[in-house]
Amino acid sequence: MRRSNSRSELAFRLGIGAFGFLIVAIVCTIGIVLAVQSMASIRKFGLSFWLTRTWDPVAGEFGALPFIWGTLYSSVIALLLATPIALGIAVFISELCPQPLRQPLVFLTELLAAIPSIVYGLWGIFVLVPAVRTVERSLPELLRGTPLFSGPPLGLGLLSAALVLAVMVVPFISSVSREVLKSVPTAQREAAYALGATRFEAIRTALSYARTGIIGAIMLGFGRALGETMAVTMVIGNNPRISLSLVAPQYTMAAVIANEFTEAADELYLSALVEIGLVLFIITLLVNSLSRLLIWSMNRTSRVVTAPEPVHASA
Amino acid sequence: MTSAMRKAISAVFAAFCTASVLLALVPLGFVLFFVVSQGVQSINLAFFTHLPLPVGEVGGGMANAIVGTLLVSGLAAAMAVPIGVLSGIYMAEYAGSRFAASVRFAADTLNGVPSIVIGLFAYVVGVLPFKQFSAAAGGFALGVMMIPIIARTTEELLLLVPPTMREGALALGATRARAVFTVVVPAALPGIVTGVVLALARIAGETAPLLFTAFNNRFFSTSLRQPISTLTVQVFTYATGPYEDWHRQAWAGALVLVAMVLTCSLLARLATRRLERMHAR
Repeated sequence: MRRSNSRSELAFRLGIGAFGFLIVAIVCTIGIVLAVQSMASIRKFGLSFWLTRTWDPVAGEFGALPFIWGTLYSSVIALLLATPIALGIAVFISELCPQPLRQPLVFLTELLAAIPSIVYGLWGIFVLVPAVRTVERSLPELLRGTPLFSGPPLGLGLLSAALVLAVMVVPFISSVSREVLKSVPTAQREAAYALGATRFEAIRTALSYARTGIIGAIMLGFGRALGETMAVTMVIGNNPRISLSLVAPQYTMAAVIANEFTEAADELYLSALVEIGLVLFIITLLVNSLSRLLIWSMNRTSRVVTAPEPVHASA
Repeated sequence: MTSAMRKAISAVFAAFCTASVLLALVPLGFVLFFVVSQGVQSINLAFFTHLPLPVGEVGGGMANAIVGTLLVSGLAAAMAVPIGVLSGIYMAEYAGSRFAASVRFAADTLNGVPSIVIGLFAYVVGVLPFKQFSAAAGGFALGVMMIPIIARTTEELLLLVPPTMREGALALGATRARAVFTVVVPAALPGIVTGVVLALARIAGETAPLLFTAFNNRFFSTSLRQPISTLTVQVFTYATGPYEDWHRQAWAGALVLVAMVLTCSLLARLATRRLERMHAR
């Protein structure tokens, strides 16, 4: 009896374990498949692929530096805009907000994450871009002389992309930060109040206690921004030229794949695009792993089990 | 620093936090406002019942894209629900084991993989060998995206089931499999279903993984081996095209997408509320 029980236990464990293994297998397969498909490009160009700034498929010249630049630049600007606001939201909801308002606010902010990327893109093209164009036109001459704002005011460009991205990553950063703040022991704040701290000073103590997790939350947002495709593709202007200007149309790794993949006629072109995808995969993998490590170590030290992944609009 | 100044700083900080909530709600309001106001003007019965017209002709609809979205999302769910739920059960049942930790890590990793990269993967696996864009490849791409969402939701919900329930079943002599499938999973089932609905809403709104898997199709199709039109890809095509009437239809498509997401989110929220109340009792 006992024996058959332990056998059925083993069968159960292996049976459902196989499905768990499938997830691990999928992740590995993605890496392998992309690596194999980009071999042609890796062999042909080697490292210079990532150091060259000319992208001219017709001439067979493939340099991916402009895409790396555009991806990093737009994501960093987006994070600069999103982080203070996301942290403000997290603090407001977890520390300042009256109880009955809490759930509706959580729902509304997470709704930002639920709206499809394509809808942001559509809104970006027809509402945001014209608005940004008007603002760019009215910039003072002095500012337009600086490298940060040089170029014709098209509206389509890095600034529009960064704005859309900022809106899209705010819910991720704020919901993870909120979880992290929740795991700060109440004693921390109470101790601060007992010492005569103002509300701001008490919250600052909590924030600095939670800083590892908050950095993790910001990195999670960074990972999202790096891989965001549709909305960015529709508003960034899709021009593979490296520029410091926020006004200039630029290009990202995800956007070039989305735009050019179905048009890529020859094998080398396809392979070059897959290589861009491979590197995007590796970068987001590293950023996400690091972010999870930080959030996890934060949760472990405070001995509170929380689920940091924001399942949008649920719970 | 004087205490008045410290109080002032504190007040400014509170004001900043309040302002940032309002600031985040502004784009949400703007997006919803434009989608609804533009969409309502553009949507009509033909949108749901007609096919797209040739370039230059005004009118037509997205009937084929609506069917396509349903078909591709259905395929994705058929693939992702069993894999996601069973691996979620594994992670919850063997939570402490090292392999469960690897599965959890893989699921979180997969969840963070950009959707366009999933599209590339599905292209190489599902399009290249057959030399044909297909609805099946699109369903596969979305299914891969859906698996980790369902797996993690299932895991979380199973961990909420009181351990006494499982212990009761085991004490009555049930095997572990029996205890899981007849006692623990049913207890968490409403939550799991909610999670699946939310995951469906999310992947039905995806565009990037479909661009070069399901591709697009001007005609009505339900064949798994043919390219198929979807709402999201159709909205992308129309939004980036040069015609007024295309833009109008793109807004109508966006309205349908947003209405779908909002309905699912609201339903899920109501369901979780009811669940919470039940647990509170």
